[in-house]
This record gives sequence, C-alpha cells and structure tokens, in this order.
Amino acid sequence: MSRSPSPVLSLSFGMETVGMDALIVRLFDAIDEAHMPWILAADNALRERFGEVLIDLVPSYTTLLVHYDVARLSLGEARQWVGEALQGLEPASTAAGREHRIPVWYDDSVGPELTRIAERLGVDVDEVVRRHTGRDYCAFALGFSPGYAFMGMIEESLATPRLKTPRQKVAAGSVGIAERQTAIYSMRSPGGWNILGRTAVELFDRDRDEISLFRPGDRVRFESISREAFIEQGGDTTPLEER
Amino acid sequence: MAMPEISRATSAALVVEATGPLALVEDAGRFGARHLGVTQGGALDWISLGWANWLLGNAPDAAGIEIAMGGLKLQAASRMSVAIAGADLGATRDGEALPANGSFVLEPGQVLAFDQPRAGLRAYLALPGGIDAEPFMGSLSTVAREQLGGLDGRGSALRVGDRLIAASDSAEIREMPFAPAMPQGEATLELVTGAQIAHFDGASLFAAFNQAWQVDSRADRMGVRLTGPALRCQLGGMISEGIPLGAVQVPPDGQPIILLNDRQTIGGYPRLGALSPIACARLGQCAPGTSIRLSPVSPQQARRAYLHQLALWR
Repeated sequence: MSRSPSPVLSLSFGMETVGMDALIVRLFDAIDEAHMPWILAADNALRERFGEVLIDLVPSYTTLLVHYDVARLSLGEARQWVGEALQGLEPASTAAGREHRIPVWYDDSVGPELTRIAERLGVDVDEVVRRHTGRDYCAFALGFSPGYAFMGMIEESLATPRLKTPRQKVAAGSVGIAERQTAIYSMRSPGGWNILGRTAVELFDRDRDEISLFRPGDRVRFESISREAFIEQGGDTTPLEER
Repeated sequence: MAMPEISRATSAALVVEATGPLALVEDAGRFGARHLGVTQGGALDWISLGWANWLLGNAPDAAGIEIAMGGLKLQAASRMSVAIAGADLGATRDGEALPANGSFVLEPGQVLAFDQPRAGLRAYLALPGGIDAEPFMGSLSTVAREQLGGLDGRGSALRVGDRLIAASDSAEIREMPFAPAMPQGEATLELVTGAQIAHFDGASLFAAFNQAWQVDSRADRMGVRLTGPALRCQLGGMISEGIPLGAVQVPPDGQPIILLNDRQTIGGYPRLGALSPIACARLGQCAPGTSIRLSPVSPQQARRAYLHQLALWR
C-alpha cells in the first residue's frame, strides 16, 4: 500500500535564477501527489500575474519554470511578481485536474515486459494488469515528447528499473513503467521504459481543440480491454519488436 | 489580408532543385506550449536570421531558411530580392560568388547555391516578408523529432521540388552596417550562473571557467556536448524540472551538454546555469573542435547585451 500523502498546511517557496530570462520557483523537495494541487494553484496564479509578459510556464513535480519577456520586465520585477502571485496561495481543488480513462490492450506482443514482470513477482499476467489498473495516477509533468505525461505513483511491487539498453523505436501508444512512474509514448520514439501494452488513444493531435489530451495535474486511470476492442478503437496490433 | 489567394499567386517563389540534410524553415521559435512537452525550436543563430531579415526590411523574427550542411540549390521562379547572413557557405548566383552577408536580386531562372561551410556552420536565407506557409502554434519552426513545423507542417526539412513563397511582394533593401564575425577555432561564451552551481565543488568551478573546452562532434539542434575537465557535482539525484534555453547541464560523466532550441522541455541533471541568448547564437556557429571559454556573467549583464542587439534592428 502507498503511504497516505501528508497534508501541506501552508506554502513556503524558493526562487532560483536559471538563465537570463528564467526563474525556477521551487515549492517542494520530494515527489508526492499531494503537492499537485499547490503546483496547479501556483501555475494559475503565475499565469494571471505575468499575463502577456509570460513566454512559457513549465510546471513539474516540485517546481515551476517561469520564462518571461526581458524586453518588458527586469529580473527584480520578475522576482517581485512571483512573490505577489504566490502570496496567500490556496491549493487548487482536486477537481482542477481533469479525469481520463485510458483503454489498454495488455499483451506480450505489444508489451514485451508484461511476462517478465509477472515472472519476477511470481504472479500471472492478469495480476500485473490488475495492479497497473488498480489505482488513479497523477500527471506530474509533461515532457520527453509532445503530450507525453510522467504519471505516478504505481504500486511499489511493480516498480521496475528502466531497460539497460533503450529500444531504438517504441510504438506510439505504448504504455510503460519505470521505477514508480507510468507513461504512454505519445509518438514513435526511442525509449527505455518497460512496455506492458498499448492504447489506441491519441495523446497529441494537432487538429483537436485540446491538442494534448493530458495537462499537468490531470488524473488518469487505465482499464484493460480485449484485442478485439483495441482493434475496434483503431489500434495497431503490429508487435513492438517487429518495428 | 483582404485577398490572400491573389497575393499568394503573385508572390515570388524559389524552387528547391537540390538540398542537403539540414535546410530547415526556422523563425524565432514556438512559445506557450512547453508545459505540454512541445519544445521551443527556432533558429539556433537567431542573430544571423535577424540580420538576414533586417537586410530586406522584415521583422527580425520572420521565418527564413537555416542551412547547416550546404548542398542547397534554389532556382528563382520569378524576380525576387533575397538576403543571406551568418556562416560563409560559399554562396553563388549562377556560379558567381556572393558575399556571406548581404541582399541581392535573383532574376527568373537564376540559381542560388550553397556549398560546405568555410567559416561558421549555419547560413540564413531571408525572403521578402518571410516565408508564406501555415504556422503551427504561431510558428513555422521545424522540429523533426516532434513532427512539427516546416513547409508541410510535419517537421520535414526542405525537399527537392518544394516552393519557397515570399510572404510579401516587396522588400525594403538595406546595406549590412558591418561584417559580422563567425567563430574561427575559438569562442568565448557568456554563461549566466545559477541553477545548481552552488552544488559543484570548488575545483570543478575553477576548471569550468578557467580551462578550455572543446566542442564535441555530438552536436545537433537539441544540444552540444563539450569535452574537457570532468566536473563534479555533490548533488545526488535530482527531480526533473523545466529547462531554459542554453542550460549547461552536467551528467554523471562530468562533461557538460549545452541544451539548445530543440531540447526536451524538462530534465534532471544539475546545471551551472544557462548561456546568454547571444552566446547560444554564437555556439550555433561553432564547428566540432572549436575551443570554448565559458565566461560567467550576471543575468543583468546578459539582458543589457540582449536588449542592445534587439535595438540594432529598430
């Protein structure tokens, strides 16, 4: 069982200069789902305070990177604005992140590590699937490729180190785990996570209003579907290792 | 904007007759989506792109072509003013040598050709008003890894048969006020110190700023490796966080990687800080083997130099 997250009663934060036009706002020192409502609240507050002077804002696990327009703001002003934005901050409600259900075809042909992990645990494959689908995950940060969300935490027994030799090509939609995190490859790319299955859901679609299905702070739950259902949803059944 | 179809039809075009692997449509970059994992992209030497645009009276961040390895040949389908700036790629117009920085007219049928780099690495080609194509998230910048940007919107480099269409029918021709110098064998790069620099040991910091670094051959639009003294950081594991342009990250082997325009948006290696934008532009012109000195600067110093550069184009 995962330990219950410790409640955060009030917020203290640090600010670090990381470049000519960028600051890191550091809220926490450890990864914990209980931190995300604070990260989301800080994200909203900073976007509002910086407005058009904000070039990019990148939340991640414990920090936010604030990239601002130095033609319109000095470092001193930027630091002051961060302080003003975060003063008296309240955590966002848990409803702030959206909820997603992601259908996954868990199978050795598209998820070669499924059996290996089952063997290591001395359980059958269905039990590995049950553990991976058995809880909600939190999207801590997006990165690696457009729409790729780092999610966690998976059950401790499933925690598995990254592959010693990353694969040259991992198919889009591949669902993987590494240490206590899980993720879906948003596009075909090299990758070193342990692959358990595949989803037909498009994570990044330029023609959709919301180009990225996931945003930081969203909650995600996987559900196991049959090969037939996967095909019906438009899934590609080409085995992972043949790519 | 009233009659875009007609303006498009009458706009001048260049047709790609031959191309190398790395002729890319680039502008200032794609902003506002890094929280979704979409990288910044954009011209590595944004200063040279800015000058090429300035020579035609364009906005400095208008889209142009970044030409990294030469091998590019373009034929004018109609009369057009164009400008080039940045690296000397031995550009020619129907075989006649052209200056590395300047504007000139192509008559219909004339061929503009780029050879291998002689000084610097990347030349920039500007067309009147920029390049007419469909932007994605406000930018035409090509990021092959993300399948975004470029003429086709899918991250493709220029291909034979592609048509580069000028976004405007007219240009306001200007003369280059001075000849910009390309790095030749050595360069000094200003580094805004910060991030995890306090966690590096003293000997490493002394070495970082007092010894020479070499630009490694492992260098692309995502990042450039430097080789030199091994730097040691006391920080163990780090939780991934957002990464600014020019970040100087040090993986466990102690050899820095400078993260450039097409970098991943978050990362978890300790950093000495980040190069100034002007130093990033200079690094984009440094061939493998170039000897590098890192020079510590404050964010305020870097900002003054940056604003000065922008003011030159007003």
